[in-house]
Amino acid sequence: MTAARVAGYGRIDRSRKLGFTFDGRTHLGHPGDTLASALLADDVMLMGRSYKYHRPRGPVTAGSEEPNALVGVDRGPGRYTPNLRATTIEIHDGLKAESQNHFPSLKWDFGAVNDMMSPLFAAGFYYKTFMWPKSFWRRVYEPVIRQAAGLGRPPKAADPDLYADRYAHCDVLVVGAGAAGLAAAEAAAISGAKVMLVDEQAEPGGALLAEIRVEIDDAPAQGWLAARLAALNARANVTVLARTTAIGLYHQNLVGLVQRLTDHLAEPPEGAPRERLWRVRAKQVVLAQGAIERPLVFDGNDRPGVMLADAARTYLTRYGVRVGAKPVVVTAHDWAWGAAVEMARAGASPVVVDARDTVSSALLAEAQALGVEALTGWTVTATHGRLRVKGVTANPVRGAHVGAGRRLPADAVLMSGGWTPTLHLHSHVGSPIAWAAEREAFLPAQTAKGVRVAGAGAGAETWADALGEGAQAGAAAAADAGFDAAARVYAVSEGLKPTGRRMKEMASHLPSSRQRAFVDFQNDVTAKDIRLAVQEGFRSIEHVKRYTTSGMATDQGKLSNINALTIAADALDKEPPQVGLTTFRPPYTPTTFGALAGHAKGKLFQPTRRTPIDPWAEANGAVFEPVSQWRRAWWFPRKGESMHEAVLRECAATRERVGLFDASTLGKIEVVGPDAAEFLERIYTNPWRKLGVGRCRYGLMLGEDGFIRDDGVIGRVAEDRFHVTTTTGGAPRVLAHMEDYLQTEFTDLRVWLTSVTEQWAVIALNGPRARDVIAPFVEGQDLAPEAFPHMSLAECRVCGVPARLMRVSFTGELGFEVNVPARHGRAVWEALWAEAQKHDGLAYGTETMHVLRAEKGYIIVGQDTDGTVTPDDAGIGWAVGKAKADFVGKRSLARPDLIARGRKQLVGLAVEGATPLEEGMQLVDDPAQPVPMTCVGHVTSSYRSAALGRPIALALVENGRARMGETLHAPDPALGPGGARSAVICSPVFYDPEGARLDA
Amino acid sequence: MLLIHCPHCDEARPEIEFAHGGEAHVARPLRPAEMDDAAWGRFLFFRANPKGMHAERWRHAHGCQRFFNVLRDTRTDEIAASYLTGAPRPDLPSAPRPDPEAAAAAPSRPEA
Repeated sequence: MTAARVAGYGRIDRSRKLGFTFDGRTHLGHPGDTLASALLADDVMLMGRSYKYHRPRGPVTAGSEEPNALVGVDRGPGRYTPNLRATTIEIHDGLKAESQNHFPSLKWDFGAVNDMMSPLFAAGFYYKTFMWPKSFWRRVYEPVIRQAAGLGRPPKAADPDLYADRYAHCDVLVVGAGAAGLAAAEAAAISGAKVMLVDEQAEPGGALLAEIRVEIDDAPAQGWLAARLAALNARANVTVLARTTAIGLYHQNLVGLVQRLTDHLAEPPEGAPRERLWRVRAKQVVLAQGAIERPLVFDGNDRPGVMLADAARTYLTRYGVRVGAKPVVVTAHDWAWGAAVEMARAGASPVVVDARDTVSSALLAEAQALGVEALTGWTVTATHGRLRVKGVTANPVRGAHVGAGRRLPADAVLMSGGWTPTLHLHSHVGSPIAWAAEREAFLPAQTAKGVRVAGAGAGAETWADALGEGAQAGAAAAADAGFDAAARVYAVSEGLKPTGRRMKEMASHLPSSRQRAFVDFQNDVTAKDIRLAVQEGFRSIEHVKRYTTSGMATDQGKLSNINALTIAADALDKEPPQVGLTTFRPPYTPTTFGALAGHAKGKLFQPTRRTPIDPWAEANGAVFEPVSQWRRAWWFPRKGESMHEAVLRECAATRERVGLFDASTLGKIEVVGPDAAEFLERIYTNPWRKLGVGRCRYGLMLGEDGFIRDDGVIGRVAEDRFHVTTTTGGAPRVLAHMEDYLQTEFTDLRVWLTSVTEQWAVIALNGPRARDVIAPFVEGQDLAPEAFPHMSLAECRVCGVPARLMRVSFTGELGFEVNVPARHGRAVWEALWAEAQKHDGLAYGTETMHVLRAEKGYIIVGQDTDGTVTPDDAGIGWAVGKAKADFVGKRSLARPDLIARGRKQLVGLAVEGATPLEEGMQLVDDPAQPVPMTCVGHVTSSYRSAALGRPIALALVENGRARMGETLHAPDPALGPGGARSAVICSPVFYDPEGARLDA
Repeated sequence: MLLIHCPHCDEARPEIEFAHGGEAHVARPLRPAEMDDAAWGRFLFFRANPKGMHAERWRHAHGCQRFFNVLRDTRTDEIAASYLTGAPRPDLPSAPRPDPEAAAAAPSRPEA
């Protein structure tokens, strides 16, 4: 037993025991333990396997920056969470955790053969190794890589948990409840400002939780911390949130927080949300994110038992776990000596290997007094052991010469390369950082408006500095938020400010190419890989990152980025600021999709809009399809019918007798005012001034670029009142387009626009019997063809309710559209339906509507057009008022590109064979030409036509109208190599080209 | 998420209530027919796209539905002013930035 609990240390509650399992074995821990500390207390150092080489790994940190000790936690079906850091998981009774990325077991992993073949897997191996033969990629390499890659496995069942969200506002938000954050919160709180203090750990306190030597305001740090937290919690103007990670800082001080609510509980309350996403808008933000200790880069620095010096100190002082009896401390920084001294006081026998030739005499004296052996001017060139470190080789360094090695027994290796200020949130809003040469670290250069950085994140290296700067930041933030605030001074008993040296790789007699010196533990990136990337020509740190994958895994380079940069800078013979850091992006630590989705899933993902007639359609067995946010009846199958059969039946019945269609989703805009006609004149391509009251006209809307944006029938209800219809999906866009011109360009016009989409239910009746069905219900309008011809509009009564009745058709048959107030929609539909039954009519859905309109060559904007189609391209140049001086888009229609020859034009396709083409199929002249082929067009609409008894299609084809009768081909890989369908170009009007049926 | 002051409602509201409307002060020519192709092309397609203070249109789409203009620094997303459509652009300088050396150390923003 080398690692063990030590009496008298730690914040854990030793009076209570908690039972949990790791890989099926039961362990005991105490309240206050993390999974990592409890396992270490049971002498379990091996906790995972690495991503690429499957090397055995143990925890290297004691915090959220952990790259190695990733585990899966199983909370039951659908509640398995992979890739959680053992260093942040709070244990509870019944916790089930398991290690990942190994087969068959953590100790015996077949994947570790990758480690023996590591020369094959150097930086960029994907791009080099798997290139030949080309055909092997899809069948051999990719499946094998997919099998081997990745860390944890995702859960299979849907996540049954509830995730909450909340908005909040405060005067001062403090991120991080360490020394600086506490001081900032206290200074702001005393001023009366509304303060939020958030911290990712289970209890606030940050590094203070592991501080047992220092006294603040004449009280031991632990007691001082408890008193400060109690005081803050007692204030009504302060909210302290633990287990809450600030995942991102966004514009204007919006901070995203994820609060973990129940994962730490053995028995979560029924129905309690698992996590809560907070969106906090803070007047002022103080970032006290702290700093992360830097690992050192040397051969074998990833062996289980090698960890950061301050992590080892934290395991001892916070959790009462001594990670080894014979630790070797490797460093070039005073910080690590503190860890050595603390381990010695707890009964261990540490040896310190310091790369510096001289260290302060005070450090040496303190070490010697505790029997700590110190080797200054030495390096470590190797570690030994397999599943746990057993020893290191240390060598003296004289100038550039590395002397003969001395083998030191070791059950833990504690390393420290100094500290890296955490600048993530600061950088999220694009704030600049600057290289501070004397501290050998990047520091904030200029903060965003209303943002301050304090404490170790701003470069503070002592408790006194962290507390003092924190208090000043908190007071200044409160002052800027409008409160009368002052910073106090804290009295701290502590020794000298620690100093140290930044290291690239530790000195070695071996070249970097012969070392396994890891820079990024999680992605298995070595110093050799970084140097190789530079040698192969990568100059930008962003490219080095992507080529080597350094900094790309779940820890996002929290440990590795600065060492990768230092080594790349050395290889490039530049200073670190000239090479630069990669960009920090939210989230700070991995975040569940559940927290981000919150309630917006399943039925609540987006609203479902339903028409007044929707319940009838549901009761009558409709199959629905989503159109924008509407759900629309797609087709009405009879027993045993396929979609194809139902649609053919609906089409035939409508053409032969009568069909009812719920068109309520059509966008409707009431355009009113003395200048309404003039406004439409400018917005639509068609002329409107002379349209008579009671008449309708097809309206075509362009963008200023001359391309089709929307269309619909517009009826003139009165001199100053138009009933404008739009496509179902286009309604909000069209209204915004109209408002834009009305408010910002045509400000001379007196016009008012009102969306009335949901005010009117619309029932379309089409077919030769349509008049017979509706006539019995209409009061106040003669429906005889002469009195109410095609494209008429009347305000009348239908079924006794006020209605706008239009004689229009989107099928090519005699057609009426009845607009009635939405609340009467269902009743009117049912009355018309009952009447239609007498004529052997039926209800049809959107699929039949599509087929019938395609048979007539009527376009659907957004299906047959794609934002690059002009009226002439679509074959509806007749809708453009040639005599009009101006309308939106008119000038563009004369641009050279828009009148050039060779534009794609809408044509029909007479398809050969019995099956329709696929919409989106590309069309070519010669299907035997080599790939890549020259495409001359594509299919926009394709259906089986009941009326014609064969498939039809609409297509956009280069010069299509000049190519009538020519044959095109649609390559179809489903037909085998070289397979293609063929079709003959024809008019897009397949049915009743004279339009005689409209005027029935 | 931006906090945008709507001058019509006289309230700062979250960005999700608004729709961006492109660069401001790009007036539609009064007589497009008299413009040559190059001039019309400039009106249609050419925009300032500055790194710095940008005058842009916003519509309070889930509020009063009205358009207005905003001055936003595209480097910091700080909004310096919001004002009514048709009003002149306020004369505000871009926010000062640190010296070039410090700026050079700013995290780059590549594609990715």
